Amino acid sequence: MDTMRDRFAPVMSRLLDEDPRVAVVLAEIGLDAFAEVRRRHPDRVVNVGIREQLLVGAGAGLALTGLRPVLHTFASFLVERPFEQVKLDLGHQGLGAVLVSAAASFDWPAGGYTHMAPGDVALLDTLDGWTVHVPGHPDEAETLLRHAVAAGDDKVYVRLSVQSNAVGRPVDGERLLTLREGRSGVVVAVGPLLDTVLDATTGLDVTVLYATTVRPLDAAALRRATETAAADVVLAEPYLAGTSTAAVSDALSDLPHRVLGLGVGRRELRRYGRVEEHVAAHGLDARSLRERIGGFLTAAH
Amino acid sequence: MTISEEDARRARTYGHADLTGLMALMTGDEKHGPAATSTLDVLWVLYDRVLRVSPGRMRDPGRDRFLLSKGHGPMAYYAVLAAKGFVPVDWLPGFGSYGSPLGHHPDRTLVPGAEIGSGSLGHGLPIAVGAALGLRAQGLDDPRVWVLIGDAELDEGSNHEAIAFAGPAGLDRLHTVVIDNSSASHARPGGIAARFEAAGWSAVTVDGRDHEALYAAFTAPHPGRPHVVVAQVEPKSA
Repeated sequence: MDTMRDRFAPVMSRLLDEDPRVAVVLAEIGLDAFAEVRRRHPDRVVNVGIREQLLVGAGAGLALTGLRPVLHTFASFLVERPFEQVKLDLGHQGLGAVLVSAAASFDWPAGGYTHMAPGDVALLDTLDGWTVHVPGHPDEAETLLRHAVAAGDDKVYVRLSVQSNAVGRPVDGERLLTLREGRSGVVVAVGPLLDTVLDATTGLDVTVLYATTVRPLDAAALRRATETAAADVVLAEPYLAGTSTAAVSDALSDLPHRVLGLGVGRRELRRYGRVEEHVAAHGLDARSLRERIGGFLTAAH
Repeated sequence: MTISEEDARRARTYGHADLTGLMALMTGDEKHGPAATSTLDVLWVLYDRVLRVSPGRMRDPGRDRFLLSKGHGPMAYYAVLAAKGFVPVDWLPGFGSYGSPLGHHPDRTLVPGAEIGSGSLGHGLPIAVGAALGLRAQGLDDPRVWVLIGDAELDEGSNHEAIAFAGPAGLDRLHTVVIDNSSASHARPGGIAARFEAAGWSAVTVDGRDHEALYAAFTAPHPGRPHVVVAQVEPKSA
């Protein structure tokens, strides 16, 4: 199966052809896939070199002249390294852009910690007005990229990963999907963790919600789910554990509720290897998830 | 009265000689040290004679863009914007107060005519690169982009990402003015122009108080290359 990132350049190429407002800014990473469309739109496909502060600053400048910039590199170099540019050049200047990252939390474990960004979504949570899409399948990535570019002058983050579910779902860039209904709790599976969560909760009497747009979080759907199931919520996120705990608590602030935030641990593993090994090390494999979800929900009753 | 008539009336009302008086409305002091006025002559010559922008053209896609990157000590900037009719003069006395749109660093969403907000150093030049790219991509060949930075602001590495890109990219609509008041702790003589020239920019160093020299430097042709004007003024520590 192709990856989400394999879809990025083809989708953007079509959008560049269709919409004269769209511009893509790259910092070397991912450039090869844009070679053809760059010949058609040399002024709207820009490679700034290995310069990530310029990547975001120049993106803001494009927005200042009325374009819809789409900026792309690995998450650690897109959100973390130029974070002040994200905060000021976009947020403070009142400008919009689409940030599309690759490499996620540990897509390339052999590359080590320098290429891991489990904290990207949590960092964006310190800022106002960001929409965050976390697709779980290449088809969903395609849909959410289109939503992101079409979202006026909004600030939108699209987090692409090599981790993927087997099939795509009909995501709409906004709402949670209800995949299972139960009575003893609600499990929110984010993006590529869905298949593992479905596996881990087989036979458990829980509601499983699927989130691919985590900011803003679909609070109404979460509240509805807690009306039939108990207000015991487990988050399974493919980035820093607990990133969405506050968003869940805000959604349920007037209800007694419990929240368990599962995700990538803060501690640096200092390990290379393969994605599955990192999934297991962070307790995000089906067996570990089942134990932790089961333990949490059992403790409530 | 139409906007353009209003502009014309204001433009007739205020000249360069009025700027220190307008600054005094903000500072409460008729005398200003070199640091407060380091940008004053550059800003005046740009807004009076070079930039094709006016209060009636603030949303005109074809206007020139001036980006104040060195947002610290913006009294001279606000004074020029007031003299040219972008900002009401009666806003000036509130400078820095809770209810005033005029802060000690400008906010583009609050100040009419301010193309960017600034304060954190090293942001204006990369944004200016993007603005130049954006205008080019839309076939707006006429408008030019100007950004004003300080010599010590060049300490920030983000500027060097922009400088190194803009030269080879041939962004000839991009113009940088460096106000050199010798405020960088680590600098060597001639280093500023040399840094830009090494990246393929056209560079001129002039007396930052000499209006004719500034005008000549601002309007010097530089086909195919971005242009930097290093405007030397009195040392900050003097």
